[in-house]
Amino acid sequence: MSAVDVARIRNDFPILTQKIREKPLIYLDNAASSQKPVSVIDAISNNYRLDYANIHRGVHTLSQRSTDGFEGAREKVRAFLNAESVKEIIFVRGATEGINLIAQSYGRSTLGQDDEIIITTMEHHANIVPWQMLCEQTGARLRVVPMTERGELILDDYESLFNSRTRLVSVAHMSNALGTINPIAKMIKTAHSHNVPVVLDGAQAAPHMVTDVRALDCDFYVFSGHKLYGPAGIGVLYGKQALLESMPPYQGGGDMIRKVSFQETEYNDLPYKFEAGTPAIADVIGLGAAIDYVTGIGLDNIAAYEDDLLRYATEQVNHISGLRIIGEAAQKGAILSFVLEGVHPHDIGTLLDSVGIAIRAGHHCAMPVMDFYQVPATARASFAMYNTEQEIDTLVSALKELIKVFR
Amino acid sequence: MFEDLRDLYQEVIFDHNRNPRNFRVIENASRAVEGFNPLCGDRLTLYLNIVSGVIEDASFQGSGCAISTASVSLMTEIIKGKTESEAEALFSQFHTMTTSEGEVDLEAVGKLAVLAGVKDYPARVKCATLAWHTLDTALKNEGQTSISTE
Repeated sequence: MSAVDVARIRNDFPILTQKIREKPLIYLDNAASSQKPVSVIDAISNNYRLDYANIHRGVHTLSQRSTDGFEGAREKVRAFLNAESVKEIIFVRGATEGINLIAQSYGRSTLGQDDEIIITTMEHHANIVPWQMLCEQTGARLRVVPMTERGELILDDYESLFNSRTRLVSVAHMSNALGTINPIAKMIKTAHSHNVPVVLDGAQAAPHMVTDVRALDCDFYVFSGHKLYGPAGIGVLYGKQALLESMPPYQGGGDMIRKVSFQETEYNDLPYKFEAGTPAIADVIGLGAAIDYVTGIGLDNIAAYEDDLLRYATEQVNHISGLRIIGEAAQKGAILSFVLEGVHPHDIGTLLDSVGIAIRAGHHCAMPVMDFYQVPATARASFAMYNTEQEIDTLVSALKELIKVFR
Repeated sequence: MFEDLRDLYQEVIFDHNRNPRNFRVIENASRAVEGFNPLCGDRLTLYLNIVSGVIEDASFQGSGCAISTASVSLMTEIIKGKTESEAEALFSQFHTMTTSEGEVDLEAVGKLAVLAGVKDYPARVKCATLAWHTLDTALKNEGQTSISTE
């Protein structure tokens, strides 16, 4: 008996009750973005209805309420990641902005000509392009960890990439295109033995497993709110305090300063040094509500339930002739990427939509992964705690039907 | 199960997807242009042999979804024997048919009418128009060898 009461969870997500093209919606595009429980929607709405004003510095009641909600959410994020201090929790727009911040602040102030950054073959474009931009600016170089046909990083090759010029490692905790959960604890140990800090892209992992930044000993961790059942446009950068303190500001503006004159500006303390301008106040509060929601269910329970879903889905699609799963790592999150012989992923996406099933078709912002498998695109079903085995059955029978139509 | 999609996926589209016409390379083609839709990874190379302003032969290679494969296959059929300006006029008709409510000369578009259904699927319009944008590039820019729809 699963510890996840899926019927109860589904009741918390208003969007799931609707029909698409007269069929019950089956939402299997969770790796792109997940749906929002009513508690998140209410938290945002209540902030605007009852408590909204600009935060910090305000002397009036509403400003105090919004500030309390905003800083309360920061504490929730701290606890969620098991960070040591709220000073280490920086609110950004999403994982993408978090990585850009690290590249432009930490990277630009510490990297130089011929220095090296290690990333991997399976990275999302958000964990490739900011580093390429940094390389253009500094003359540094990207080194790429290869992977096996199953979609697992080759750790021997990873280790052999380190040399005296290695300055940074940035790797996905979990791959969005393949579902692979990378052996990050081991990778961090290796990097630290060379005194190289590690950035973890937690966009996929954060909603699916417990993350303990202190146990992992990662130097930076980024994730997005919208994949964690929270609002879009808000995310988190965790950084070890000493590193964040050593870094120059990312953007200048209000809130990130202590004292400004035309001669000089004194920057604010952490975390405000990296939070220029009025932030997405209600969305941060919404993210806090999302964290309350998932921790209420328990990330261990969510992970166990989703593992069951993935195992079931994998078994079921293995009976479909001509279907090839892309990404078969031993350690995998609830992502099922696949191609069907004779049916292009885009056609799969459109046909499934016509029976109410939402999946993603495309390169999943991971073109190097598509090149590696020599496919133009894949179809991807990605599961969340509100999905069911019945929904997977419907997906599988729809796939069998569409093969008949195409062949 | 997929009755709702009959307007989009007509039998002609399945036929051209299964058995694309003019799916070959033209050696020494007078134009060869690659079209790429980075959004979905559709990629095709269009070959044209143009003699005295007339498209004597047209062919393609590449891979894409059923809509884009059928579209390029149908296109290579219909433009053969047309002058460059006739092909351009057809592109304009096709563009109107797939992207707007404007009037289309049904006789001129002929078999291409099977692709009119994409108009109701904004995410799929580019699949149908990739072939034609590639053709447009091939006709307008003698030197250019690739286009991207993004």
